[in-house]
Amino acid sequence: MKWDTCDPSEQYLLHLGDDALVLGHRLSEWCGHGPILEEDIALSNLALDLVGLARQYYQLAAKRIGGGTTEDRLAYWRGERDFKNHVLVEQPNGDFADTMARQFLFDAFHLLQLEAIEQSPDADLAAIARKALKETTYRAQHSSEWVVRMGDGTDESHSRINAALKRIWPFTDELFQPAEVDRIAAERGLGPDVRTLREPWLELIREVLAKAQLSLPDMPQKLLRGKSGVHSESLGFLLAEMQSLPRAYPDAQW
Amino acid sequence: MAPTIDMEARFLDYVTAENKVEPKDWMPEGYRKTLVRQISQHAHSEIVGMLPEANWITRAPSLRSKLILLAKVQDEAGHGLYLYSAAETLGTSRDEMIADLHSGKAKYSSIFNYPTLSWADMGAIGWLVDGAAIQNQVMLCRASYGPYSRAMVRICKEESFHQRQGYEIMLHLAKGTQEQKDMAQDALNRWWWPSLMMFGPSDDNSPNSAQSMAWRIKRKSNDELRQEFVDKTVPQAKFLGLSIPDADLRWNEALGQHDFGSIDWNEFFAVVAGNGPCNSERIEARRKAHAEGAWVREAASAYAAKQAARRSSAAATKPQAA
Amino acid sequence: MSAPDQWPLWEVFVRSKNGLSHKHSGSLHAPDAEMALKNARDVYTRRSEGTSIWVVLSSNIVASAPDAKEVLFAPSDDKVYRHPTFYEIPDEVGHM
Repeated sequence: MKWDTCDPSEQYLLHLGDDALVLGHRLSEWCGHGPILEEDIALSNLALDLVGLARQYYQLAAKRIGGGTTEDRLAYWRGERDFKNHVLVEQPNGDFADTMARQFLFDAFHLLQLEAIEQSPDADLAAIARKALKETTYRAQHSSEWVVRMGDGTDESHSRINAALKRIWPFTDELFQPAEVDRIAAERGLGPDVRTLREPWLELIREVLAKAQLSLPDMPQKLLRGKSGVHSESLGFLLAEMQSLPRAYPDAQW
Repeated sequence: MAPTIDMEARFLDYVTAENKVEPKDWMPEGYRKTLVRQISQHAHSEIVGMLPEANWITRAPSLRSKLILLAKVQDEAGHGLYLYSAAETLGTSRDEMIADLHSGKAKYSSIFNYPTLSWADMGAIGWLVDGAAIQNQVMLCRASYGPYSRAMVRICKEESFHQRQGYEIMLHLAKGTQEQKDMAQDALNRWWWPSLMMFGPSDDNSPNSAQSMAWRIKRKSNDELRQEFVDKTVPQAKFLGLSIPDADLRWNEALGQHDFGSIDWNEFFAVVAGNGPCNSERIEARRKAHAEGAWVREAASAYAAKQAARRSSAAATKPQAA
Repeated sequence: MSAPDQWPLWEVFVRSKNGLSHKHSGSLHAPDAEMALKNARDVYTRRSEGTSIWVVLSSNIVASAPDAKEVLFAPSDDKVYRHPTFYEIPDEVGHM
């Protein structure tokens, strides 16, 4: 099956699902290794919500693509170039500051994106967004609270979160650069024109950074085309690990 | 000394009459020590036990199984937390308990020192390891120490899905391709004996058992629990079409239970002593997570202290209410 | 600034549904009240057990001493007249 020949609305679902799956997968890598038991449990909750969200998008996409496609077929049998997630979400976990910086910058975008999708004329898609908004609000609070605690905590935590934000910042421009999939989604009213989200996003980020005694990073942005299937080197490893079993035993049911 | 003896005798009568002990009640020092040792060991087992399963979260073969496994391992973190909290009511801090785990002073269930080598191990762990743990935990729901028994009630309620999810994985594999069946049998072969060892040494070799039973912490001996587990599990294996790796296993009509082969206690004591396949990796992973989390915990504490200081200085400068 | 070596302990009370009172669920560690609430949600309501959560610093709870059990609670044992079964009402009167 050529995934990039399916209908652009279906590709939009895959793009949304890929963001949720890849980020959820990254967060699940923390399980058992969190900085304290309570936070280990919290990180798993974030991962559970995101992988759960990915399933909803994939299930809807599978239903529409038809031909016996399933959520697992979409997750486990598409190659690296077929994944349309933002390069931001596939970035490795690094330390807790890196993970939270990635989460914080994405959560704020995700909130705005879902608010727009909730208005979509596609009732199934809007329903997914409505439910996801609640969880995403929680995630955004959680990551913001940690950014504030690290920024306004100790000297060490301040310098770590500051460095992490600088590292992650160059990946954020892609959020607001429309790819083909965004353009069609916006045309059909399925999702936002991502360019319009930049200002409100900056406002959300600025507000939290001010509380955290941090300043907005001023780093040059990277040229990225994750939404067109061109990723950083880390996604290949993530997928190789994630997809290993179904691909090693193609006849098996799990 | 006479008054102490009197107190201890009264305490024994009290628990024998099935009364519960609460944190601030008087209790013999031995009772307190036994509980702290047992509950913290149990908590450590939950936390270290996350690692062999977390090893497969990123490789779960379907999105559904990924969510289930993640939720299950997360539950184990929760159970560790409930148990640490129960132990803390006895006056030992979680930090002290964790330090003992990291120094090797405190033990945890030795089964988690075996590696998870295939997806079928997720099935075998849920089915056998959680199955064995539940056998023990159901009994502990009636333990005489209130906070411990309450934690166990909560844990048992939540664990009921763990064994089922493990068995479901085994079922899928047993009904699957030849490769999947082989995977399932291989996992059973590797996990069977360590699971039987989970109940601990046999009764004549378990010095603290009798005292724990008198104090109503434990209610059944290691051997009794092990026998119940074998009797329950054998038909489940049969249903899967898998064979239990024990040539001496057979039904004993006269006793109404299974006879089974002798356990290799040398292996058990070697693993307890630290020489299992993964002991050093498990402890190292826990130490690393704790050490790398130190600056995060400190940051949150520092922020809380700053906020508290800000609140009190704001309160001090605020004009008195009329 | 020297930080305490361990986050303080909080007691968690969960209201399982409106109409019922909050009930003690257990405890956890958290650096401050905000995080304690969040952690309580993640730790004690993973299976939709709650509609409302209270958290209180364990060190702020004032408890009666176990030795005082007799002094505090024994005196009410002989006030049987506080219980409805103390009174005999003829069957003819019906439910009261």
